Amino acid sequence: MSPDTMQTNTLSLTAPQDEYEAIRAGNVHPDAWCNPQPAGEYQLLVIGGGPAGLAAAEIAARLGVRVALVERDRLGGNSLNTGCVPSKAIIRTSRLYAQMRDAQRYGAQVPADIRVDFATVMERMRRIRAHLSGDGSVRRLVAAGIDVFFGHAEFTGPRSLTIEGTTLHFKKALIATGARAKVPVIPGLAEAGYLDNACAFDLTEPPHRLLVIGGGPFGCEMAQAFCRLGTRTTIVQDQPLFLGKEERDAAQMLADAFARDGIEVRLNTTVAQVRVENGQKLVDLVNDDYRNTIAVDAIAVGIGQSPNVEGLGLKAAGVDFDCDNGVLVDDFLRTSNPDIYAAGDICLDHAYTHIAASAARIAVQNALFGGRERLSELVVPWCTFTDPEIAHVGLYVREANQKNIPIKTFTVPMHEAVRAVTDSEIGGFVKIHVLEGTDRILGATIVAHDAGDMINEITLAMVAGIGLRKLSQVIHAYPTQAEAIRMAADAYNRTRYTPQLVARLQRWLARR
Amino acid sequence: MSDTSNLTDDGLLDQLQHAAFDYFLETYNPANGLIPDTNRENSPVSIAVVGFALSSYPSAIERGWMQRADGAQRALTALRFFQGSDQSGKPDATGYMGFYYHFLDLHSGRRVWQSELSMIDTALLIAGALTAARYFDADNADENELRAIADALYRRIDWRWAQDGGDTIRQGWKPECGFLHYGWEGYSEAILLYVLALGSPTHPIVGDCYKAWTSTYQWENLYDYDYLYAGPLFVHHFSHAWIDLRGIRDEFMREKSSDYFENSRRAVYIQREYAKRNPNEFTGYGENGWGLSACDGPSDELPNESNEPRRLFGYAARGVPYGPDDGTLSPSAVLASLPFAPQLAMDGLHNLLGRYPEILTKGRLASSFNPSILDTAGKPWVSAGHYGLDQGIVTMMLENHRSGSIWQLMRGCRYVVDGLRGAGFGGGWLAQVATGEAR
Repeated sequence: MSPDTMQTNTLSLTAPQDEYEAIRAGNVHPDAWCNPQPAGEYQLLVIGGGPAGLAAAEIAARLGVRVALVERDRLGGNSLNTGCVPSKAIIRTSRLYAQMRDAQRYGAQVPADIRVDFATVMERMRRIRAHLSGDGSVRRLVAAGIDVFFGHAEFTGPRSLTIEGTTLHFKKALIATGARAKVPVIPGLAEAGYLDNACAFDLTEPPHRLLVIGGGPFGCEMAQAFCRLGTRTTIVQDQPLFLGKEERDAAQMLADAFARDGIEVRLNTTVAQVRVENGQKLVDLVNDDYRNTIAVDAIAVGIGQSPNVEGLGLKAAGVDFDCDNGVLVDDFLRTSNPDIYAAGDICLDHAYTHIAASAARIAVQNALFGGRERLSELVVPWCTFTDPEIAHVGLYVREANQKNIPIKTFTVPMHEAVRAVTDSEIGGFVKIHVLEGTDRILGATIVAHDAGDMINEITLAMVAGIGLRKLSQVIHAYPTQAEAIRMAADAYNRTRYTPQLVARLQRWLARR
Repeated sequence: MSDTSNLTDDGLLDQLQHAAFDYFLETYNPANGLIPDTNRENSPVSIAVVGFALSSYPSAIERGWMQRADGAQRALTALRFFQGSDQSGKPDATGYMGFYYHFLDLHSGRRVWQSELSMIDTALLIAGALTAARYFDADNADENELRAIADALYRRIDWRWAQDGGDTIRQGWKPECGFLHYGWEGYSEAILLYVLALGSPTHPIVGDCYKAWTSTYQWENLYDYDYLYAGPLFVHHFSHAWIDLRGIRDEFMREKSSDYFENSRRAVYIQREYAKRNPNEFTGYGENGWGLSACDGPSDELPNESNEPRRLFGYAARGVPYGPDDGTLSPSAVLASLPFAPQLAMDGLHNLLGRYPEILTKGRLASSFNPSILDTAGKPWVSAGHYGLDQGIVTMMLENHRSGSIWQLMRGCRYVVDGLRGAGFGGGWLAQVATGEAR
């Protein structure tokens, strides 16, 4: 739902059109933009200017490929405009407010008057977003030799599409139109109005009471951020735990953290209906046999994403798709039309910026240079940026068990890491999974204040084929929270010192 | 408060076991044989506590704390009640499909608190019935009837129905909404449940149900111990109250060259390691101050307030190393660890009783205490009264530690033997049991 159609009753959803918004607009979709004349047949035509599309166009252009990029709305996609960038900016401020309230834990005075200035929070977010929008600005793309077209694109055949009345021809195309927030089917929700990632960052005042529907990454991040910015927040999840893909302990830690923050957690709960009375939204919740109604001022939805497949003329292009899974691709990211590839949220299970960009590199390599790179060979980490953060890479234990892969986990609670103790950030763990009987790393989950940064070390080890034994030899700066990774490796090494080995060593030493 | 300082270890354990067992005598309702969840006013019955009581009468008889006829009569009264109870599944019935609601009215025996039809608590109850049936083997009217009813109650449980067509057993069911949606992932006290569900000659679970459950296990190395992870201590105790899991292994434990008994031993050591580290700097934790488990606890929950930050969790399954941990310890969880790690448990018990004598009332251990929460007199928070589950696990685990007699009894229960084999257990004493030998 776009901001201009939002029904929020009391909430304003028109972000101030300040200098920062003007800068962003100038970078991601200038008002006065004129589409160029098509330069004949493009060797690569990219549809969608989000992380996948931008990465693909830039790589191709750098390699001297004649490339065009078409974008319906704003360059940068969800990530820059309505996703990672604005949410992380707000999360940072919300963390600071949480630390202020918790100052005593750090040996500091709790400020006498902690008042959230929401307008300033959002202004900072807009400033940062505008600043970062320069990275993928239209000027940079043009300077890189990319023809940029704004408008609605629709395939007219297997190797052509039209945009604003102009036909573009291509040898190869990449579909990277992304996804949008999925809206749950709940009676009364549309009429009552709701926030999603497309409009939540246009709020100019915080809701007094907020209901978040969905316990996925976006829902969890937003619930905690708004709670810490002073909103009375309830989060409803229809599963037993948050972050359904993550392992139980990680999800449980998040639920505990939410309880400490004062978020009302409603697990195993569904929303039956929404209605508006006296300017407030009344939401009927059902948890097995327990039903109750809560009153809120705003509802945010975060149950997942729907791929943007509509209106693209995919049938005309011979591209198979469905509305749930998006464009269907093989492991080489090729669609049912061998000249058309796809990357990013339009075709991938994991809707993350970094995966979209990596997939785009594979698609360009395979489409233009006869590459045989496989999506399944990527080692993909991800992180949910709650406090604590929850990061994962590789296999989960339950996946390994289902595949009959013997797996063993080396666990180091964060309270073992000196730096986590000095930082009063002991809630978390490093779990590294190895193939039983070996030091081959199959995956890892980290729950820590900066788990998103820490997981990169494990990803590097997996990509480079470095085993856990070797990680034990990597000197980690002391004291850092990442030492917990080395401690897990040390624990692995200690398992090698079997009683038999120790006995042999003792005999050898005795002979010397 | 009892003075325990002059007792030998054996004398102390005898006193604690006796006092724990007396909970069942003191709270027993002679009209229906039911036992309340706690000895607090107006406490409902927990069917699991009844299971512990049924399992404890044999020990009390053998130790001379009650007459055999009295024990048989008490057990029979309870079993007769369940046999004749309302199994319609209506909101105010007692059970359905052979299972029972978790909490019942002490007098009417009917469902209270809109509680769920509980699969695990039914398993604990029926394990008690089978234990009693194994012990009361005399050929007289009462004991013959007792055995017949216990067998009938077990056979009428429709374990397959409790799968709800899925891979694993569901946790609960309510007449208002059907099966509950709570997940059951990871190692838990459910070995007993699966063994009983697999051993049924009438309605056993189907498919690879046990394997589906064990595929959610996590084998972890923590504080240099390899173990099957579960945070709260009670998980490492409950199935062991009935089943002698020493030296017998399922497929998972064969792969890991361990067994569930050894696993519980390591879990105790891990508890101690956690308490030594005491990451949250609570008072009373240390080498001999441990015992995080499911128990009562102080609460900072405010009535009619749903968005207040919580630091104290009330009744909760506390565990290591991820918590929740609010400084609350369960002394009965320490005592119930005796079979696995006798020295650690005795050291822990002596320390707790010495430093916090207020945890012992009527010679019985409180459900929990929290030495970080002090009252105006500087005394630690102590859970009021007693919980039947705590007294039950203490009675049974002390018996197993002292004589092994409950394990011995249940080695001869053919439903348990069949269930263990159905789950893929083998080796150890199980290999010595000839087919058809167990009753």
